Amino acid sequence: MWTESPPFAKRCAIMTKTTNSPNSYRNQPDERGHFGEFGGRYVAETLMPLILDLEKHYRAAQSDPAFAEEFDDLLANYVGRPSPLYYAEGLTEEVRKDAPEGKGAQIWFKRDELNHTGAHKINNCIGQILLAKRMGKTRIIAETGAGQHGVATATVCARFGFPCTIFMGATDIERQKPNIFRMRLLGAEVVPVTSGSATLKDAMNEALRHWVAHVHDTFYIIGTAAGPHPYPELVRDFQSVIGKEARAQMLERIDRLPDLLVAAIGGGSNAIGLFHPFLDDPEVKMLGVEAAGHGLDKEHAASLAGGGPGILHGNKTYLLQDEDGQIDEAHSISAGLDYPGIGPEHSWLKESGRVDYDSVTDIEALDAFQLLCRTEGIIPALEPSHAIAAVTREAVKMDREQIILANLCGRGDKDIFTVAEALGTEI
Amino acid sequence: MTRLSQSFPADRAALVAFVTGGDPTPADTGTILDALVEGGADIIELGMPFTDPMADGPSIQEANIRSLNAGTKTADILTIATEFRERHPNTPLVLMGYANPMTIRGPEWFADACVAAGVDGVICVDIPVEEDDSLGDALRAKEVAVIRLATPTTDAKRLPSILNNASGFLYYVSVAGITGLQQAAQASIEEAVARLKAGTDLPVAVGFGVRTPEQAADISRVADGVVVGSAIVEIIGKYGKDAGPHVRDYVKSLSDAIRSAR
Repeated sequence: MWTESPPFAKRCAIMTKTTNSPNSYRNQPDERGHFGEFGGRYVAETLMPLILDLEKHYRAAQSDPAFAEEFDDLLANYVGRPSPLYYAEGLTEEVRKDAPEGKGAQIWFKRDELNHTGAHKINNCIGQILLAKRMGKTRIIAETGAGQHGVATATVCARFGFPCTIFMGATDIERQKPNIFRMRLLGAEVVPVTSGSATLKDAMNEALRHWVAHVHDTFYIIGTAAGPHPYPELVRDFQSVIGKEARAQMLERIDRLPDLLVAAIGGGSNAIGLFHPFLDDPEVKMLGVEAAGHGLDKEHAASLAGGGPGILHGNKTYLLQDEDGQIDEAHSISAGLDYPGIGPEHSWLKESGRVDYDSVTDIEALDAFQLLCRTEGIIPALEPSHAIAAVTREAVKMDREQIILANLCGRGDKDIFTVAEALGTEI
Repeated sequence: MTRLSQSFPADRAALVAFVTGGDPTPADTGTILDALVEGGADIIELGMPFTDPMADGPSIQEANIRSLNAGTKTADILTIATEFRERHPNTPLVLMGYANPMTIRGPEWFADACVAAGVDGVICVDIPVEEDDSLGDALRAKEVAVIRLATPTTDAKRLPSILNNASGFLYYVSVAGITGLQQAAQASIEEAVARLKAGTDLPVAVGFGVRTPEQAADISRVADGVVVGSAIVEIIGKYGKDAGPHVRDYVKSLSDAIRSAR
């Protein structure tokens, strides 16, 4: 029924060719890992040889048909790809009730919440664990915010027989208990991180500290399209299966591309995965949705809207920070968006003007969460609830024949406790 | 630069002492720096506090938090350096820290600020040679030393790129890890220093995990400098505002050991 996306090797060949037209948005980063002025390799000297080695192995993997074959096979038969492309008729009709005459775009979803483990995170973990195996590493570490990346990492570690250590902020552990239990069931060790604000950024600091002391045998599976080069590139490449499939499915189903893509952004891996294959389709507009938390004038997690360029966690990108470059604490009801930075390619796409970025508050996301439950029978994660809020906002401004495609990047089972608390309900 | 190159005596190793600026408060750091000099430190490493010190172990992480909680700003660090320079015209002072606080106002601004404050060199933990243009060019243009780090993972193929454009001294991070936790075996330090010295005329200082006078003495027999940080910072953590005399006595024990080692 759906057109299969091209095999991994071919996708990589498209993404890494250096002879793209000067107008292409798909030929980043440069050989130093820079997306314009963003990205790069801002790590301690101890880690430099390791990330150079990772890059070398990634280049070899990109040109190895066996790597592509194993990746594609696991995505198809273990993850359950391709994920469906779904026309959300119930939500579309609901939005049209409040829309002006002739307005109310069709809303479509890429159903990445139906993946094994319930989110898009697994796509990247499959790719990175295959790289770890290729490099002869014997143990895996990862950071996690909401716990989705931790669960996905623990999953692939169980599948491939790697010992797994997950660093997670103590604050996040408190609000994501079901995922802690999942990770432990899968055999992972979960290390609570109490330094700083005890959330995702601190978990990443601690993972980096651990990595620097275990460089010889340890592979660090970074969960978002950020960190030192080549991570932003390789995470994007692994996640681009989302956009590749969606593009082919749209053409197959209705023989046209969407008018607008929408995705939520914490670090930005689901968004870049959806956007990247469409970047050179000028008729397709794109909207990344940051978490505005309590509001952009209060505590939030919108680095593009409320931050400025700086250097953290191995890359130069937009950060929430003060005038001295001290990193501010982020806030979002969604633990997966609660990060004071963003992947460097998004910083570049913002400055280049190719992608628009907007933000959605905790309250708006909670409303969208409930709206999708009621109109579609889908309980979304709080992360894509931000995207859904933005979709409803945009749909009423667009004509009825226009098409919005949003990435439903995670399911909401993990968030029901947070949502119940926010709604004042006891479970 | 002159102050830095003159601070490595021919007949013994130099003692390089690190503290986090503004710990426990900006007003206390001057006294603590004076105690380092009185105790016999040859070079002062003044840490710029950062919210996310990714290469540091618990002791220096806590020092960063104490400093930031006391309200330390970059302006305070520069004031501390300026006042130190007035009191100690001949003791070199280098700033050590992370890329973001150093580059947030632009590398040229930071280089000018270093010159104005009498800072002799800069050690930036998370700007490797691959990203040198983010800061190194601006510092060199103002003759502020760009002090590079070499580690156990820096192989022979990579070493020349690190030594290229390095100045002041070469800082050998003797363990693959974060500050203050493990200590390297003496044999591995000797081997590494010999390898590094074969590639450069810069003095080689060895740090990470050095705590006791005996360790300092052992390292001083093979290297041009010994760096001690976490152990001093822990004394400040313990005694706070009253740390001065304790810091001085501890640094003197290191200094005495180094002076009688060769």
